[in-house]
Amino acid sequence: MDEPEVEAMDEPEVEAMDEPEVEAPGAPGAPGAPGRGVRERRLHPVTPLRRAWAPVAVGAGWAVHDPDGAYRQVTDLALWTLLLAGGGLVVAAALYGFLSWWFTHFAVTDTELRIRTGLLFRRTAHIRLDRLQAVDVNQPLLARVAGVAKLKMDVIGTDSKDELAYLSEKDAAALRAELLARAAGFAPETAQDVGEAPVANLVHVPPRQLAVSLLLTGSTWVLLVAALAVPPVLWLTTHSPGLVIGTGLPLLGAAGASSVGKFVKEYDWRVGESPDGLRLDHGLLDKEHETVPPGRVQTVRIVEPLLWRRRGWVRVELDVAGSSNSVLVPVAPRELAVEVIARILPGVTVPEAEALSRPPERSKWCVPVWWRGHGLAVTDAVFATRHGLLGRTLALVPHAKVQSVRLTQGPWERRNGVADVHVETGANTTVAARLRDAAEAELLLQAQADRSRTGRRTARPDRWMAQ
Amino acid sequence: MTQQPGDRYGTEGSAAAADAPPGETASPEPVWRSLPRSMLTLRRLLLVVWMVPLAVAAGLLLGLLAGPAWAAFAALPLALLLWGWPLLGRNWRSWRYAERADDLLIQRGVLWREETIVPYGRMQLVEVESGPLQRKFGLASLQLHTAAAATDATIPGLDPREAERLRDRLTELGEARSAGL
Repeated sequence: MDEPEVEAMDEPEVEAMDEPEVEAPGAPGAPGAPGRGVRERRLHPVTPLRRAWAPVAVGAGWAVHDPDGAYRQVTDLALWTLLLAGGGLVVAAALYGFLSWWFTHFAVTDTELRIRTGLLFRRTAHIRLDRLQAVDVNQPLLARVAGVAKLKMDVIGTDSKDELAYLSEKDAAALRAELLARAAGFAPETAQDVGEAPVANLVHVPPRQLAVSLLLTGSTWVLLVAALAVPPVLWLTTHSPGLVIGTGLPLLGAAGASSVGKFVKEYDWRVGESPDGLRLDHGLLDKEHETVPPGRVQTVRIVEPLLWRRRGWVRVELDVAGSSNSVLVPVAPRELAVEVIARILPGVTVPEAEALSRPPERSKWCVPVWWRGHGLAVTDAVFATRHGLLGRTLALVPHAKVQSVRLTQGPWERRNGVADVHVETGANTTVAARLRDAAEAELLLQAQADRSRTGRRTARPDRWMAQ
Repeated sequence: MTQQPGDRYGTEGSAAAADAPPGETASPEPVWRSLPRSMLTLRRLLLVVWMVPLAVAAGLLLGLLAGPAWAAFAALPLALLLWGWPLLGRNWRSWRYAERADDLLIQRGVLWREETIVPYGRMQLVEVESGPLQRKFGLASLQLHTAAAATDATIPGLDPREAERLRDRLTELGEARSAGL
């Protein structure tokens, strides 16, 4: 857990070069190639095709952007010029795709994932395994057809440049298992043979429930009604087809994205538990598989939209530093959600609605009506706050994940003797306990700072399997 | 941490102080330090430097172009100056910080009061900065960064030696108590 330990483990980095597909270090145009015996690998040979899209997309974009100009230019050219240009473009694209594939290498050492890429501008990324926050294996629709997948390690600061696209499905699964085994602290010799950890299924969201939950989401209906109502009104008032299409299409698109798009993305949502951590698998067309190792979850939120309340459904969101996904369970009965949270944050019980203490009644002068929605509960494992009156959100932060604590008090709050306490976490989320009694807030601030300091002592180490 | 569900946040401060190393947190009240007076001087100087020429320019331009009655608008920057002068003083007095055994406390603000606590173990980076004007006034600002970007722990004006001492002490303590994410 402490820095010095980790550094000491960096040293033994000799690996037998036993694989026939070894590429000699110092391969063509590789000035930064590591001299030591690290096995470098290439991406799947289908990868160049991905790059070949670029010039075609540029051409198509130009034609769409300026159809008249494009048409005129194209008809002006003789047929053979056109063929030559098209052929040249395809060859250039293929060459570019091939070269960028040829110059991209990756290697897994005991402590790092190294990615070396770039044709003209060379780029080397060394991603430390003990800083691993999550591993994503994603398969867009076309990649599924081709039997490949992309793999991304979530570490704070990584972006789309650091994903390995594409690997064959088998390799991606094996690499994920290896990365997780090494990050977990398995001995280097055994890390490659640990294999996939067994998964126990915790939640599976039935498609019917997902569809009903999306139908019961207010924003979808608001967008749909706006998409159907605004264009006719605009047409009646302005008679300008451009304006009508310009507003109608984005509105329809947004309505589609928030209903159909969400359904496609969250279809077949599974939450599993394995020794490697939490598994999230979902997607109808594009498949996404995320693995979050133990102890990486910074905050968990239980969101309860108004229309779901009668059915007792909730959505659970989570924040992991460096990860783009924020949904844990798109829809589930509350009891199930609470059970899942207890597995993810060991030792945490989700406080019941009655256990939350409300702000003092005088805070109604600061936040009329909605002050009733605020609530706070501090247990020995989490800092939990709730806000919202119609749709409710309960946010949980384990004490060990608190980065800093802040108390704020505006002039109006001071007049009414209340203050807000904010708790900040490493995933850039701030959870606030609003409108607490001023004296209580002061005590809470001090106590929370102590708890966040001591909470870390009982937390699991970063290398969760290390003894 | 053993804790009764009934008492939620009353007695914990004393409990934590008891298991901290003796001597450092003997007194529960932290030792507050305020910022050097030169910070106030600098801020007031900046106020004057901006407002007086603004008043002169407004008075001259409006007086010459739109008539003498309009020159009264020159009173606006002057009013701002008179209003801002004591405000800066109050704001300066409100800034203070304290180093405790395990965390740094920063307090500030008069109307919008804010108090931040950053445990040393969470610190990722300590930054000391000093612009040309600040150097002239013997000042440096210090900023703490944690893994949470929202953490806003800045001390805008410190004696450079104090800033360096604080920086070294904070990094040292941060290493000793490192906790990361």
